[in-house]
Amino acid sequence: MAIIETKSLTKTYGKIQAVRGIDLNIEKGEIFGLLGPNGAGKTTTIGMLCTIINVTSGSAFIAGCNVIKEPDRVRRKVGIVFQDPTLDTVLTGRENLELHARLYGISAAYRQNRIDEMLELVDLKDRSNDITRTYSGGMRRRLELARGLLHKPAVLFLDEPTLGLDPQTRARTWEYIKKMAKMEQTTVVLTTHYMEEAEQVCDRVGIIDHGRIIAIDAPDNLKESMGGDLVVIRAKDPPVERIKALHYVSTVNFSDGALEVTMKEAHLHLAELLLMLRDVECVEVRVPTLSDVFIKLTGRDIREDGSEDSGSWVDSVARYRQKGN
Amino acid sequence: MGERRLQKELMGIYAVWWREFKVFQREKSRIISSIVQPLMWLFLFGSGIGASISVSDVNYRDYIYPGVLTMSVLFGSVFFGLYIVWDRKLDVLKAVLVAPVSRLSIFLGKVLGGCTDVILQVLILFCFSFLFPSVNPWGIPLALLLLLITSIALVSMGLALGSMLESLEGFQVISSFLVFPLFFLSGALFPVDDKLPVWLQGMVKLNPLTYAVDGVRGALLNVQIFPFYVNLSVITIFAIVMFGLGSVLFSRMK
Ligand SMILES: Nc1ncnc2c1ncn2[C@@H]1O[C@H](COP(=O)(O)OP(=O)(O)OP(=O)(O)O)[C@@H](O)[C@H]1O
Ligand SMILES: [Mg+2]
Repeated sequence: MAIIETKSLTKTYGKIQAVRGIDLNIEKGEIFGLLGPNGAGKTTTIGMLCTIINVTSGSAFIAGCNVIKEPDRVRRKVGIVFQDPTLDTVLTGRENLELHARLYGISAAYRQNRIDEMLELVDLKDRSNDITRTYSGGMRRRLELARGLLHKPAVLFLDEPTLGLDPQTRARTWEYIKKMAKMEQTTVVLTTHYMEEAEQVCDRVGIIDHGRIIAIDAPDNLKESMGGDLVVIRAKDPPVERIKALHYVSTVNFSDGALEVTMKEAHLHLAELLLMLRDVECVEVRVPTLSDVFIKLTGRDIREDGSEDSGSWVDSVARYRQKGN
Repeated sequence: MGERRLQKELMGIYAVWWREFKVFQREKSRIISSIVQPLMWLFLFGSGIGASISVSDVNYRDYIYPGVLTMSVLFGSVFFGLYIVWDRKLDVLKAVLVAPVSRLSIFLGKVLGGCTDVILQVLILFCFSFLFPSVNPWGIPLALLLLLITSIALVSMGLALGSMLESLEGFQVISSFLVFPLFFLSGALFPVDDKLPVWLQGMVKLNPLTYAVDGVRGALLNVQIFPFYVNLSVITIFAIVMFGLGSVLFSRMK
């Protein structure tokens, strides 16, 4: 049985349908990414799975426990790093972990060892006795990761774990997440707006839009569904029909002197294609990214958010920064 | 199984209390102002007016000592409870609420945390009791008990209000329309006797804090209007009702 299983999971707020029937099967040990534009329903989905948001309809099981009927058992099995920071900034790093350990009933004999182990994992041991108000954004996020893992959850939810961090810190944070998932054999469900990063970290991703999952697969498979690599060539009078007939070519489009070909494994077949053309001026090869998949499926870029509640991503960043101080 | 469960809840209650105690220890300016403010009332207000009045043969400054103690319990407790609005705004509470501990236990931990803060402040104020010659030091334990029950009631009330408030703007409203009237209408600063206008007498008698002030005054100065058992019963019932109400509202809080 999958470690996370949902059927038609739905949440409505009055007239707003935040999540409209989500079916998920996530296997133990997987790193699963939930990707979607602002307001797609990612945080709401995670909230329902952690039992902090009431489910409107549908069902969800985590490690065999019913999210709706056994919230207490589910809470013991999950760890969460919320989208907005929730550290207690009056306490030191170690005290934050101590508070959490007691709330999760970790016995005194074992508590300090486990706390040390987690502090070491996120490289915060030397700052552990400082008040967290004095931590940088990246340090706070790392401490939250450690806190989320402290009680050895079967599933760790990470809602935008790298939001508001600079690129280097983001890269390091992903390193920690991968390391942690491996060391603790934890199943990780995360959301992020950084597609390239999701691509590198996630075993599988689900693309969510307007409260529905519109695609779910390994990043490589999703990219492959784009029909291969995109090659743009400037050339004179290309033999469009003959190119179309090639077995490795999926689509061909010629306009304004630019020939756009989507083809499988461009690195192998490009030379053959070029031999069929005259007066080639320039060649550009683009390997599709998860962002391209995203744009194709949702009709928009995850970062520029054309639709409703625009600016909410920017708001979250602003909020994050504000709280950070 | 049941025992293990209880043990975890107790650990949760302790965790929440422990957090509040750490916060209390770190916020030194809050402790200092909670000590200095009542002493200012006693020495500036009490000595100013007290120069010309005495009540029931007790120097006015001594007379209001129990009232000012109750005042510091009132302010300390209600504002401690209301502080959760701030915790919620900063999402500090969110990480606590997602833990496998019942809301009732978290509420209880908070109430105990608030009472601890307030009672420690009161103990410090008791250290100054030698400056008030009419105060009987042997009455302090009983006064402390009454103030503890009062504090349970008022912290619960603060948490109840804090669970309902969406923003910090409510603070101002609650302090001007609830906390200050409770204080001024409690007989903390004047005796509740026939000289008061009837409407004022009625309001004072409806205020549960009146009985706390009267009880503490009875214990420390041997001056009281109501019998001890009335004072004790009223504040105990007040505490039970507020605790119940607070725990329900806190459990429903989003
Ligand atoms: N408490 C609430 N009351 C009413 N509507 C809500 C509430 N919480 C979320 N929503 C709505 O539900 C929808 C999904 O929100 P959700 O926070 O799950 O999006 P998200 O995918 O996490 O977005 P983001 O990338 O901005 O974090 C949005 O339209 C939002 O306005
Ligand atoms: Mg979100």
